[in-house]
Amino acid sequence: MTDTAMPQRRELISPKMLPYVLSLPALLVCIGILIPFVTAIYYSLQKYRMSQPWNRGMNWGENYLKFLSDPDFWNTLKVSLVYAGSTVVLELLLGLAIALLLRKRTPVNNFISIMLLMPLMTAPALAALMFKLMTNPNFGILSYFMQVLGFSDFRWGSSPDTALFTVVLVDVWVYTPFMMILLLAGLRSLPTQPFEAAALDGVPRLEQFWRITLPMLMPYILTAALFRLLDSIQQFDIIYAMTQGGPGDTLMVFQVEAYLNFFQSTNVGRSTALLLILWAITYVLSNIFVKNWLRLRERARGGA
Amino acid sequence: MYDKEKDAIGAFLRGEMDRRSLIRRLGALSVTAGAAGTLYNMMATNAQAADFDWKKHSGKGIKLLLNKHPYTDAMIANLDNFKQLTGMDVTYDIFPEDVYFDKVTAALSSGSTEYDAFMTGAYMTWTYGPAGWIVDHNEWINDPAKTNPNYNWDDMLPGVRKSCAWNGVPGGELGSDDAKQWCIPWGYEQNNLTYNAAMLEKAGLDVPTNLDQMLEVAAAVQAANDGVYGVGVRGSRSWATIHPGFLSAYANFGEADLTNDGGSLSAAMNTAGSKEFHAKWVKMIQDSGASDWSSHTWYQVGTDLGAGKSAMIFDADILGYFMNGGENAMAGQLAYAPFAANPEASAPTPNIWIWSLAMSKFSKDLDATWYFMQWASGPEHGLFGATQMDFVNPVRQSVWNSDIFRERLNKSYPGYVEMHDVSAPGASIKFTAQPLFFDLTTEWAATLQQMVANEVPVDEGLDQLADSMNSQLADAGLR
Repeated sequence: MTDTAMPQRRELISPKMLPYVLSLPALLVCIGILIPFVTAIYYSLQKYRMSQPWNRGMNWGENYLKFLSDPDFWNTLKVSLVYAGSTVVLELLLGLAIALLLRKRTPVNNFISIMLLMPLMTAPALAALMFKLMTNPNFGILSYFMQVLGFSDFRWGSSPDTALFTVVLVDVWVYTPFMMILLLAGLRSLPTQPFEAAALDGVPRLEQFWRITLPMLMPYILTAALFRLLDSIQQFDIIYAMTQGGPGDTLMVFQVEAYLNFFQSTNVGRSTALLLILWAITYVLSNIFVKNWLRLRERARGGA
Repeated sequence: MYDKEKDAIGAFLRGEMDRRSLIRRLGALSVTAGAAGTLYNMMATNAQAADFDWKKHSGKGIKLLLNKHPYTDAMIANLDNFKQLTGMDVTYDIFPEDVYFDKVTAALSSGSTEYDAFMTGAYMTWTYGPAGWIVDHNEWINDPAKTNPNYNWDDMLPGVRKSCAWNGVPGGELGSDDAKQWCIPWGYEQNNLTYNAAMLEKAGLDVPTNLDQMLEVAAAVQAANDGVYGVGVRGSRSWATIHPGFLSAYANFGEADLTNDGGSLSAAMNTAGSKEFHAKWVKMIQDSGASDWSSHTWYQVGTDLGAGKSAMIFDADILGYFMNGGENAMAGQLAYAPFAANPEASAPTPNIWIWSLAMSKFSKDLDATWYFMQWASGPEHGLFGATQMDFVNPVRQSVWNSDIFRERLNKSYPGYVEMHDVSAPGASIKFTAQPLFFDLTTEWAATLQQMVANEVPVDEGLDQLADSMNSQLADAGLR
């Protein structure tokens, strides 16, 4: 029985075909990404609103040209960049500070670092709803604290003056642990010799940080910042759950605008054009980061 | 058991006994309203079966896409009657409202055959209809071979029925002769006043009867009650902020969203009258609205009233209805009044929200689906839901005429029936039907938020809004 079974199994996939079969899942995933991408490009070049099927037709780039003179688009671009920039910088600073505090491997530090990951386990939309409750003027604990501090009319997400601050706060609460854990891993993997040498030479701690820690940690910082930036510029859930892009157009970021354009207005042409511009921004940003990351790696290798 | 009661209801269904006699007879037999409703429904189902081949599609199954709602609960509670009547099977998916319409859009735009019928609002059909995703239900309503003789389409409240019919021409009048019946009304909401009688009494105030009075009363009741704001209205950045109290009051002053000049649509919210109205509305929110008004959906408007955080709401009447029951802190303490914002108007003109049923064009068996549609929107289920569940407001005049239903409302919801009767003649959709409805109305809400936050003066904000709307209308070939 064994003799007859073996050749059959060998014939199932011939050695010639094996590489193709093994790469098939990756190929299918690529196709699964490329088909919607190409379709989105095609739709973005059309005047295409589902509620007006009679008006549908190619308008070749007109959707993009209209953005140039559309104040809503420029507002969206500005809000998205400000949101992404401020969240990444704040999370980076806080994440780095916490990672430095927890750098030493002790049971207490390990325990704290695990506990601090808790917000990361919370779905961002749920975190936003949680903060919405905590900032409720009737019973929210954060509103209560603000009143105690003397800010009796602090309106959190309901006022255009404080809406950005409120959603950035939620983002920072959710994602700072992400930065922290990446940077902590980086810090703990750094070679100890340079630090020991610096300590022997009596180099002050601050000097050590600027001259040794930060440059050596830079690839990790860039990686963490890249991940967060790409995610943050595509922000949807926190903002939509908190204010639906309002008040007014205060928080109308790309994803919220594109979502409303498609699901509410069924304006497929404008929605896909917006998303493709977001893709282009993401592509450029990731290229900049990756190039810098490669440069740093080369330098590190050269140095070694 | 219940033989005498069944005889009485049977006589009523055959037309041998009038309604008042039926109530008296059931009262004499010590039958509660709930039990009477059950018996009535059972008997009516039998009566339905006698006149029509309800078993024609026996053995078939249909699938529904439903929103989590008391109307859905009422239908499910009665669904076994339908299955028994027709021999059909009904399955369904229920989604919370936050994601419900996304699910509908996704299912319909992809041409999915999974769902045969679904819940919708009339506004949504202004997208679904022209997109070719739903059918003109007139084809079934007007076919005696497919619709049971007791369906009584004319029993539907005219303003509600017409609001679900549109000829598909941008700016076309709702309910015109050439209109297509894109959906079948199921339950509806008028926008009126629900108030906390004790709070108004404490401040020595009467119920406001126009917008100016509402501004004064809201400010005064807020001043007299600690930790309470004067008036709840919606404020989130959504089209849903415009359609309830806001548009009802706006229309009462004779103002319109758009003008239609021979098929060319133009924004109409920057007239002098509209600017004056907006200025008052904005002041009302700034002085006496919720401090987090810009995040308020119907949910926050309702729960604040139910929790005793607001003194009144100018919103859906059924929101006030639900807040007067259950475990709400203010249950049993709320009262209702019709509201005409314009002191010179003879009656209220509430804009309405209509939860409706519609058949998907991609259904595998529209005829069988129509059997469910006519049962679910029929007079018998309407009466069952209204008397035993929370299927309010009914869309059928016969249900509103039901003494059992009216007595139930009068007992626990003071002023509700009168409020409905006074405002029902003027109740209809006040928006202009056109494909950019959601774009323009959401932008209107965003502008309102900017005006309330003093980011832009009312005059300037409305001029900018009108310019933006006109440009979008022109771009879409509607101007």
